Amino acid sequence: MAALVLWAPGIFTSRPVLVAWEVGGMVALVSGVVGVLTILRGQSFLGHALSDVGATGAAGATLMGLPALLGFLAGGVVAGIAVDLGGERVRERDLATGVVLSAMLGLGALFLYLLTETGNAAGAVETILFGSLFAVPPDLVPAVGLTSAVALALVALLWRPVWFATLTPESARARGVPVRAVGLLFTLAVVAAVEESALAVGALLSTALLIGPAAAAMTWARRPVSAVLGAAAIGVAATLIGVVLAYDSYFWPPVGRGWPVSFLITALVFLVYAASQWRRRRVHPGGGL
Amino acid sequence: MGGVWGSVFAPGLFTYTFMVHAWVALLAVAVAAPVVGYFVVLRGAAFMAHAIPQSAFMGAALAVLVGASPLVGVGAATLATAAGLAVLDRPQRPGASGAVVAMVLVLSLGLGNLFLALSNAYAGEVYALLFGQLVGVSAGEAWLSVMLMVVLLGTVAYVYRPLLLTSVLPESAEARGVRLMPVNLVFALLLALAATMTVPVVGSLLSFSLLVGPAATASRLTAHPARLLGGAVALAVVTVAVALVLAYDTGAPIGFVVTALTALSYVAASALGRWPHGGERAADARGA
Repeated sequence: MAALVLWAPGIFTSRPVLVAWEVGGMVALVSGVVGVLTILRGQSFLGHALSDVGATGAAGATLMGLPALLGFLAGGVVAGIAVDLGGERVRERDLATGVVLSAMLGLGALFLYLLTETGNAAGAVETILFGSLFAVPPDLVPAVGLTSAVALALVALLWRPVWFATLTPESARARGVPVRAVGLLFTLAVVAAVEESALAVGALLSTALLIGPAAAAMTWARRPVSAVLGAAAIGVAATLIGVVLAYDSYFWPPVGRGWPVSFLITALVFLVYAASQWRRRRVHPGGGL
Repeated sequence: MGGVWGSVFAPGLFTYTFMVHAWVALLAVAVAAPVVGYFVVLRGAAFMAHAIPQSAFMGAALAVLVGASPLVGVGAATLATAAGLAVLDRPQRPGASGAVVAMVLVLSLGLGNLFLALSNAYAGEVYALLFGQLVGVSAGEAWLSVMLMVVLLGTVAYVYRPLLLTSVLPESAEARGVRLMPVNLVFALLLALAATMTVPVVGSLLSFSLLVGPAATASRLTAHPARLLGGAVALAVVTVAVALVLAYDTGAPIGFVVTALTALSYVAASALGRWPHGGERAADARGA
């Protein structure tokens, strides 16, 4: 009986559920892998800004009749490079992020305004901002797979220098690591991860998958590899379970409406994150990676 | 009238009731937001300045769901988020602070998404809060903006010295017996106040731009506290006035015009700041 409640009839044969699992799984995996270094490099704000900026790109692409993923990626690459050139110190980069973000948001407001002039906008706005894994068209799967592969390849390629440059930038520079170039390339990996998840779970919620699992895993892990693998595992688990809950939620009140899948995934990620922070304060404050 | 003059200052710009409301509300915002933005820049708290106005979306969606006034929802949500951030945000290691802000932001947006999905109401009102609805400013809202501006400026005047000290030199402020936590809380609540008055006018996505933009631009030109603060306010007032005229004439969304002008002035100030004299001193002070 319990199994029937959780595994509602038809869940394993529903095409949208299978696509949601495929896309969501890939997106969560890449976000988790990239997230740990994003936090350690003080780029959480950038990670969030990239998704908003990507939304501007997506709105522009929608206006021109191009695929949204293309717009997300174009907006992200432009903003990522602009911010990276904006400064090396974290505080300076934060302000540069803010200014680039606000300029791009303004542009996004213009695009969305033009979209409302031309057609059905409320739908377009909601899709871009909040997305829905169930609405991902199946022919997008290869594109998401390719973007994921690029992001993972970048992280694998940069693995040693980027950890070196993140944890001890001075000695990395002294040992001849091209710190700026490594940082820029890593930013491109963040762009790939954020923009594909912005497409899948929506621009506003992609930050949950980037930061939440990584922040939680970092309180448990003692080594870089285990932090990254842990973050990926938490993210993937939250996404797969979130999809199941969203499918089941048609039987929850208000019956027949369904809860948004992006919210359910975000809530699961937040619960894991909150548990990890609570445990850290009680068991060993200041512990973890 | 007539000619260029007449087409720039189109009829009704200063006389239509809704435009009078818009002028009052926007000028109040333009004075108040950069004052808070000045401390945002000093503290490097741009992410917080982004997250707190965004939580207005959750407040508006909840208000629509339970049938309350959206403005009340916005105020309550931004205050709650600000208080939560001030309590939780105790950075202990690199990057931890950004992660806390990110998670609080994401939770508020996720809840907003849920409330919107659960309520059957037309979501237009909520989305208007994301992008602002200048022509919709009522007389009550305009007066509320002015009142909030007075409260905000009064609070800043009262806590100016401890707020400045903890923003610039947190360690030595702590050594001199200033307790960081209450000051951080006041800073967060100031952000919430600024957000509450800004969001209904220019939208939650863009109120951030008025908070951060003018102060960031001024910080490129000077490091002197009073000049930075005065410059930021002057810049914001000019930006808003030009933007309102342009938006009225062209019909473009006010948020777009404001952010475009803000970004242009930031780029110009950055180029100017690289210049040998005025800029170098500012750059040195920033690096310290």
